[in-house]
Amino acid sequence: MHHDAVVKMENITMEFPGVKALDDVSFETRKGEVHVLLGENGAGKSTLMKILTGVYKQTAGKMSLKGEPYEISGIKDAEAKGISMIFQELNLVPYLTVAENIFLGREPRIGIHINWKEMNCEAQSLLDHLGVQISARAVIKTLTIAQQQMVEIAKALSYRPDVIVMDEPTSSLTDREIEELFKTIRDLKSKGVCIIYISHRMEELLEIGDRVTVLRDGHYVGTVNVQDTTIDELIQMMVGRTLDEKFPKEFAEIGEEAIRISHLSQGKRLKDISFCARKGEVVGFAGLMGAGRTELMRAIFGADSIDAGEIYINDKKVNIKSPKDAIKNNIGFLTEDRKNQGLILKLDVKQNVTLPNLEKITKNTVICFKEEKAICERLVEDLSIKTPSLLQKIKFLSGGNQQKVVLAKWLATQSKILIIDEPTRGIDVGAKVEIYKLINKLTKAGHTVLMVSSELPEILGMSDRVYVMHEGKITGELTRQEATQEKILHYATGGESFE
Amino acid sequence: MNRLNTAGKSDHFAMFNIRDFATLIGLFLLCAVISILQPVFLSPNNLINVVMQSSINASIAIGITFVILTGGIDLSVGSILALSGVVMASSLQAGHPLALSILIALVIGTICGLINGFLIAKGKLPPFIATLGMMSMARGLALVYTNGRPISGFSKAFRWFGTGYVFKTEYFSGIPAQIVITVALYIIAYYILKYTRLGRYTYAIGGNEEAARLSGINVKKYKMIIYGISGLMASVGAIILTARLNSAQPIAGIMYELDAIAATVIGGTSTVGGEGKITGTLIGALIMGVLRNGLNLLDVSSYLQQLIIGAVIVIAVLIDKYRK
Repeated sequence: MHHDAVVKMENITMEFPGVKALDDVSFETRKGEVHVLLGENGAGKSTLMKILTGVYKQTAGKMSLKGEPYEISGIKDAEAKGISMIFQELNLVPYLTVAENIFLGREPRIGIHINWKEMNCEAQSLLDHLGVQISARAVIKTLTIAQQQMVEIAKALSYRPDVIVMDEPTSSLTDREIEELFKTIRDLKSKGVCIIYISHRMEELLEIGDRVTVLRDGHYVGTVNVQDTTIDELIQMMVGRTLDEKFPKEFAEIGEEAIRISHLSQGKRLKDISFCARKGEVVGFAGLMGAGRTELMRAIFGADSIDAGEIYINDKKVNIKSPKDAIKNNIGFLTEDRKNQGLILKLDVKQNVTLPNLEKITKNTVICFKEEKAICERLVEDLSIKTPSLLQKIKFLSGGNQQKVVLAKWLATQSKILIIDEPTRGIDVGAKVEIYKLINKLTKAGHTVLMVSSELPEILGMSDRVYVMHEGKITGELTRQEATQEKILHYATGGESFE
Repeated sequence: MNRLNTAGKSDHFAMFNIRDFATLIGLFLLCAVISILQPVFLSPNNLINVVMQSSINASIAIGITFVILTGGIDLSVGSILALSGVVMASSLQAGHPLALSILIALVIGTICGLINGFLIAKGKLPPFIATLGMMSMARGLALVYTNGRPISGFSKAFRWFGTGYVFKTEYFSGIPAQIVITVALYIIAYYILKYTRLGRYTYAIGGNEEAARLSGINVKKYKMIIYGISGLMASVGAIILTARLNSAQPIAGIMYELDAIAATVIGGTSTVGGEGKITGTLIGALIMGVLRNGLNLLDVSSYLQQLIIGAVIVIAVLIDKYRK
């Protein structure tokens, strides 16, 4: 045992009914280190951290904190003992201010009154310390997702913890904000705080991590020093096999035009947008957060109404007023937020897959269960969705498998044009590659894919052509050969054409 | 793939899941306690009585279950019952054919429900507010229409709905018609929720309205249909009640919405929507009926009854919550 051990988890086993989520896992972190926890979805990272923060009680194994035995009754208890967790999902009250959220439930008081001055003051100093320009008096709802993430971090810091667990903290941050976050992490490190960092972004791990512990299928694989390892080695530890490429792009034969958007406008959000996409083509949409990419996709799909513009599918003008119309025109839409917009978590795999497709398998208003089952079984196999049965509730699947279920939904409706918005957000390397391979399969079958992504390597790796958006306009179009990170960023920040 | 097959099969035939089973055990326990304290409870006559008295609440609770499954609420069913009851009664007394009068009741109930649905789906009002408004409006309309006076005295043919028997033979006194009607409605509702698109969409809308919309479901249309069903079920209650009492009263059905909501949540339907079963609601309605009947048999004052019933509702839902 290392003399500076902060958290020590030994031989942890966690069993849920029918699943062994963790099997004899040991994990140890030291004072002042950034310890990265790496693994595919379903590897057991979240479960391990939920045990550490008292959300779950382990079936077997013991824990210690700074050499003392560590027993825990819940998150509040963990925070009191010096372990804070920043969850992937934001847990802020939208209508309260930043300061109110940070000190929710433990507001400084004078008698029975809240000491507003002290509360705002302390909150502001936490934020300033993080180097972010957010007012402690701002209402959460008015902040961007990235700013809200920084508030979560400030909240965690307000407990003055010894250990901070960060679950994918950068998934909604811009590069500049990530830089700020890393600065804060380094600062915390120098003060002896131990950070457990969960992320899927390999480059990030190498930049910020000191040591990496890899889990796979609930088992401990190993712990390595970041200096002594490579991305390839880590990937191999994670998936148990080498991945030749991160982006296994295969080129399909590009056919006729499948969809054309002409002069589409929507309030101040989308301004005079025209573009086209052909059969067999992956068209990437790059841009900064808030550039209007998601809004454009929602408008095409009929989720939001438009003020002007036409949509042509196979050179025929179509009238899309609702998602139902879009589906009739063989458009599918994988939303960026799969839990709130893509899936119905309380329903099972089968019910989710066939939801947009129910009309086609209904005879005299009665759902044909046999056909439904056949469709689902085929897709579960084709997409290798890992689920114990078709009747498993979606909420119990891992993120990667949930995303595959969303894809299965649109494949079941035989979508010819598939809009995918952040298709690999929050899913691990192995599942990402599987999604990319599915994209290849789709384009080979003559489908058109419109892909919105905030990860530039993904845009560059998978697109045949790239449109760049800035403030609701398309500011640039690049072929695969022309596209580089620099050019995309140039257009994404409103830069003029290069000629 | 074998695993998938068997799992699919068991779901097809499982009418009751574990959760329903626990509610069912609750019902039996309640019956056991009451029959120990007052053995008369178990007499066939009394048992039929209990079921009969539960039938109106059970019918209304079908509609409420649909509504709550979508994450909504309907407070107007008691008033809709009164309105469709008095209009039907006046039609009967005017000498219109029985079938027409009953159709009038059903149409009025459905229209009131559709108006609720319209206000909620198209007007984007919270269900609580829209149906609160309808609760007052339908009641007011019933009072205005009758000038506050009950309409009484109907033909034997009509009274069959509340007092008649089916399958009557020399040796068997038959089954009350209202029980047969209620059971039939439950079978239809079970079928709709399990096997039809409407049923699947009901769960989907309650589970996640935005995801349902983005899956191409016409959420507004289905919400209107579902509130329409709730109004329709209230008017079925009106037919049974009016026939049973031989009188339609503009103040009938007060607080019925709360009994129906209670039956639904005791039956395990999640108040935020997306989860629940119609079989649970049936058991919930029976629990309410057994409780009322048992307390009457035990000579508990009606004041005290209210207190006990309220406590049972809260405890039942608490148990359900902590069992999960």
